Amino acid sequence: MGLRTGTFHENYAEDMAVFQTRLQWGASAALVFLLCICPLFSSDRMLTILTTIGIAVISVHGLNILTGYCGQISIGHSGFMAVGGYTSAILCAKLGWPFWAALPCGAVAAGIAGLLFGLPSLKIKGFYLIMATIAAQFIIIWFIIQLRGITGGTDGLLVPKPMLGPIALSSKTNYYYLVMIFAVLATITAHNIVRTRAGRAFIAIRDNDLAAEVMGVSLWSYKLQAFFIGCIYAGAAGSLLIHYVRFASIEQFPFMDSVWYLGMLIVGGMGNTAGAIFGVIALKLLDELVTIIGPVLAAAVAPQAAASLALISHGLIIIIFLIFEPRGLHHRWEMIKNYFRLWPFSHEALE
Amino acid sequence: MTFFLQLIVTGFSQGMIYALIAIGFVIILKCSEVFNIAQGHFVLIGGYLGWTFLVPLGLPIWAALPAAIATAAIMGLLIERLMLRPMIGQPVLAVVMMTIALSTVLGGLATLLWGAEYKAYHGLLPTITMRVGSISIPSESLIGLIVSVVCVAILMFVFRYTKIGLAMRATAEDLQVVQSVGIRATTVYAVSWVIASVVGVIGGILLGGVSGANMELADVGLKAFAVVLLGGTNSVGGAIVAGIILGMLENVAAGYLDPLLPGGGLAQVFPFFVMIVVLVFRPHGLFGLAHIERV
Repeated sequence: MGLRTGTFHENYAEDMAVFQTRLQWGASAALVFLLCICPLFSSDRMLTILTTIGIAVISVHGLNILTGYCGQISIGHSGFMAVGGYTSAILCAKLGWPFWAALPCGAVAAGIAGLLFGLPSLKIKGFYLIMATIAAQFIIIWFIIQLRGITGGTDGLLVPKPMLGPIALSSKTNYYYLVMIFAVLATITAHNIVRTRAGRAFIAIRDNDLAAEVMGVSLWSYKLQAFFIGCIYAGAAGSLLIHYVRFASIEQFPFMDSVWYLGMLIVGGMGNTAGAIFGVIALKLLDELVTIIGPVLAAAVAPQAAASLALISHGLIIIIFLIFEPRGLHHRWEMIKNYFRLWPFSHEALE
Repeated sequence: MTFFLQLIVTGFSQGMIYALIAIGFVIILKCSEVFNIAQGHFVLIGGYLGWTFLVPLGLPIWAALPAAIATAAIMGLLIERLMLRPMIGQPVLAVVMMTIALSTVLGGLATLLWGAEYKAYHGLLPTITMRVGSISIPSESLIGLIVSVVCVAILMFVFRYTKIGLAMRATAEDLQVVQSVGIRATTVYAVSWVIASVVGVIGGILLGGVSGANMELADVGLKAFAVVLLGGTNSVGGAIVAGIILGMLENVAAGYLDPLLPGGGLAQVFPFFVMIVVLVFRPHGLFGLAHIERV
């Protein structure tokens, strides 16, 4: 899709820049500013929603690199989040590590778990890989239950208050800022990783793995790199989630979450950084809508209507997007931008 | 020894039901190359349908079974027409996500209609009690075994001796050839979805008759995937053998190892360990054709 008329690139650096126009700079700066001042006027509930959106954005960026760019489908993302979350929870609660040291350790642990379960991807693809990652999800959760001595098993694990030096991150506002810093960093790194040599290799593998291998892209190395990077994001997100609720339990990492992360990618548009963010926001807002409408429906129809509404609405939205908008919200956004390319003139001369 | 044999016998009849469910999965996969994640949810719907027809409506078993099968057939047709037809020619991920979304919608419908409650209709299925030496064969599992065997036999007959069965086998072989001789591929797809949904519903009624219908019935679908991977994704016979193997292995492993493990629950994750091992060491399964990629 083209840029707005009147934007000219005079050298390679301009052509490759992340922000290509002043407008993009301004919009991004305004967005970051808006994120900064959000706690001033939003309620507690609003902050909670924004924080969970931030955590999900980090996780979905990882899944986007793994599935959207490298084409390795994973339905075990929530399991990898659990590895990251539990690792940092154990380090903090049992060994007394500070929060800032435990979080990267959790992320790396999730990355290593990703490498381990990514190994089958060297031999299999498509549906078989999906099954392997589903298996990963259940095996990880089972191990967490089995290792009762250090993880607390099904009872869960209390995590101490996260501290960042002298600052306690216990208040909602403080934690909101922390998550948003991570989310912005994750967005920047995710957007740049796919512009590097490794990122181009990922795209080559996704589009045609045989051709990529013939051209000298090492499938072995780059598929595992994609798993490692994607799961590091998951680990960081899981660790942030655990420290947010200050309690680690397996209920925070259900199998269905893995499915919804993939659903977010589909709704937002795969293989695009902005698409990942769009998808998370769309599905999280749908979640909120369901929590508002659910009780009303439960009172009007039947007590179980609220639970079924959540399942049916999520399933239906994915079905609708797959049939009518398979390229996701991001594609729609590009089309809107394209419409305004020559605005206010209505027609565009075909070249 | 008696304990071991008991586990083997229970595992065998349970495995036969897994095989029945797995066959539904394999049929869709062979005919239309769609991986139906929602197969377990057909089982779930089946379990609740069995309860609905047997308990609140009070139909006798010979009327309840055809009614459930008819409902399942309509469900299969609708699903194929509304959800899977637009997905023809789409990438693997889109199709798989579609069946996952279908599974959540079916789960949501089951929650809405039956309240996600435990519904027991224990003892309403006909029972045959048998004892061989000191091993008692549970009557429900014997019924399950008989029904599964009959279903598999009917399916085998359909595939071998009827025109639509031939069309389905041909579609599995080569779609272009089938279209050029004038067989409607979409009809074949519709029939395969009907068979899968009917088979799933029958499996659901059998399992529901043994342990009651609840939301956990859907997890059987995950076991069916392990069965399919072990047997080889394109082999109906493989699904049967693998189903029996997995049913026995699962029971024996759970029977001997569960007391040793603090958390227990090995039977739930056992299929996933099998899955990973199969995927790493023998991706085409025991009886599947090795897929060789040529450039």
